[in-house]
Amino acid sequence: MSDPLTAAPQAGALATWLAAPVPASRAQAQAQQFWRAAWRLRYNISALFGLGIILLLLLVAFFAPLIATHDIYAQDLASRLQRPSFSHYFGTDELGRDIFSRVIFGSRITLYIALLTAAIAAPLGLVVGTAAGYLGGWIDIVLMRIVDVFLAFPSLILALAFVAALGPGIENSVIAISLASWPPIARLARAETLTIRTSDYVAAARLQGASSWQIIWSDIVPMCIPSVIVRITLNMAAIILTAAGLGFLGLGAQPPSPEWGAMLSTGREFMLTNWWIAAVPGCSILVASLAFNLFGDGLRDILDPRHG
Amino acid sequence: MAGTAVASTRLPVQKRQSGRKRLVRTVGRTMLSAAATLLGLVTLTFFIGRLLPLDPVIAILGDNVSQDAYNTMYRKLGLDQPLIVQYGLYLKNAFSFDFGDALTSGRPVLEDIGRVFPATIELATVAVIIGTGLGIPMGVLSAMYRNSLIDHVVRMIGLIGYSTPTFWLGLMGLTVFYASLGWVAGPGRIDFVHEFSIEPGTGFLLIDTTLQGQWDAFWNVISHIVLPASILSFGALAYISRMTRSFMIEQLGQEYVITARVKGMSWARTVWVHAFRNVAVQVVTVVALSYAFLLEGAVLTETVFAWPGFGRYLTNALLAGDMNAVVGCTLLIGAIFVTINLLSDVLYRIFDPRTR
Repeated sequence: MSDPLTAAPQAGALATWLAAPVPASRAQAQAQQFWRAAWRLRYNISALFGLGIILLLLLVAFFAPLIATHDIYAQDLASRLQRPSFSHYFGTDELGRDIFSRVIFGSRITLYIALLTAAIAAPLGLVVGTAAGYLGGWIDIVLMRIVDVFLAFPSLILALAFVAALGPGIENSVIAISLASWPPIARLARAETLTIRTSDYVAAARLQGASSWQIIWSDIVPMCIPSVIVRITLNMAAIILTAAGLGFLGLGAQPPSPEWGAMLSTGREFMLTNWWIAAVPGCSILVASLAFNLFGDGLRDILDPRHG
Repeated sequence: MAGTAVASTRLPVQKRQSGRKRLVRTVGRTMLSAAATLLGLVTLTFFIGRLLPLDPVIAILGDNVSQDAYNTMYRKLGLDQPLIVQYGLYLKNAFSFDFGDALTSGRPVLEDIGRVFPATIELATVAVIIGTGLGIPMGVLSAMYRNSLIDHVVRMIGLIGYSTPTFWLGLMGLTVFYASLGWVAGPGRIDFVHEFSIEPGTGFLLIDTTLQGQWDAFWNVISHIVLPASILSFGALAYISRMTRSFMIEQLGQEYVITARVKGMSWARTVWVHAFRNVAVQVVTVVALSYAFLLEGAVLTETVFAWPGFGRYLTNALLAGDMNAVVGCTLLIGAIFVTINLLSDVLYRIFDPRTR
């Protein structure tokens, strides 16, 4: 691998700043670190491919009203179950709704669920894991026992049980999937913390009189963040699959919502003779989940070389 | 020099004794922590059951009941007791495998589960056989010819296996292989014509039909099971091949591999006979874990294929808000998970001397 410090392609003020051998400020050091990681990513074609799809998904979700060609709820029974054509790119479903427009709007729901779940599960796991790892003793034993209990269920089963108790719906499935997906992150953060807690700079912080929570927050959490990001990116793929599964079982997003799993569930009876009803939403789920898996694998190679 | 020689002849004996003692101690500790996890499982399911916004009395009796009947049921369910007493009662029931009656069938939950479970075990077993039979050779070949075309194809299949929604794959499989091509039988375990000609036996239709010599029914069962099992096995195949690959890559970097090559042993023989034997135990634990994950995948696959198993029972209970059945099923899956983890851990320690 070429020297990341000299690898920047163009000269200029920004490039010089990013390549400075001794960073002058904390912001510069962080920017350099980020740049080096991003620059190393250019060799990883599959990760770039994944990132590209994720960005595309974000754009599609953001501009959905502009891209969609039809009203996603408008039923047109005269033109139901039509094959893909120029007026309906992906055909129409059993109620004559345009599948292309519905899939486009469905990306909003999927990304909403995935990002919100990640935003709940990652901090929760990070706090529990670092606290258990740094504080040790009884706190560690109790917290890790709780994590073990959660890990003892397959995540889909646990999410199903929570949704059954909370009632169906998108928000409830976000809560349920979050509750099911924080434990692996906690375990990861704890393992990272255990390797960091005895290092000299933590001892130095303690000698300066920093409290345990201060040390956890400012010295340990930042060190755990790269591996947590890798983990949560890889988890996003599983989260998307679980959310779609809940939607398919009728426990997540409810029809007529254009959530991809719910679309598969409502069109089920018509699929055996009209393949496009099943193929299009399913491919969307596959592509979204594959993108996060590809990007997560690439990130792991860069940010977390020990586990690569 | 003499001192070290004596030490080295005596050391292995001492080491083995202490190793065995340590093995007993670690196995004991693993058992204990599994027991604590089981207790936690029961507690967690208790709280999930309590989260339910529905009134359990109304769920059983319907909302059109007299105050008297309501109060009787309320007391019968123990809802007038303090939470801690209810928890104690729940613990007692859970450890005597009494999960109450299922609202949908009116029978004890445990009886229901016993009736539907063989169908799921049969499906998962066929799936794990397919997943292992393909996954291990794929993983080994992928490590053997690293960065070759085979390797890339295997890794791509693995990645797709991790990213595909199995229920969608099931729907597409039905559309293609059942509706269009007619290669396999449709949803369900067996055709209606054969269903009542089989004497009830083990509940595993493949075994029952073989024992009773009903070969028509046997082939019918095969043609029903092959598609759902293949689709269910896809995730397991991805997991098994990926893990086998990474174990093998680690082994092939060892020096004994170079030694074997230097003395003239063929690459295939080095890989399969020397290296693979060293990862066999690890691979077995991976297969055991993937079996547990198949039970999870079965929930969605069974719904798609109308497979009268555990997963469909759980789904129906979820949709009907039948909390007794949901809690019973969840607890059972959790217990199976803990047991499989425990078994693979113990097996690993017993069969792999390096962990002692």
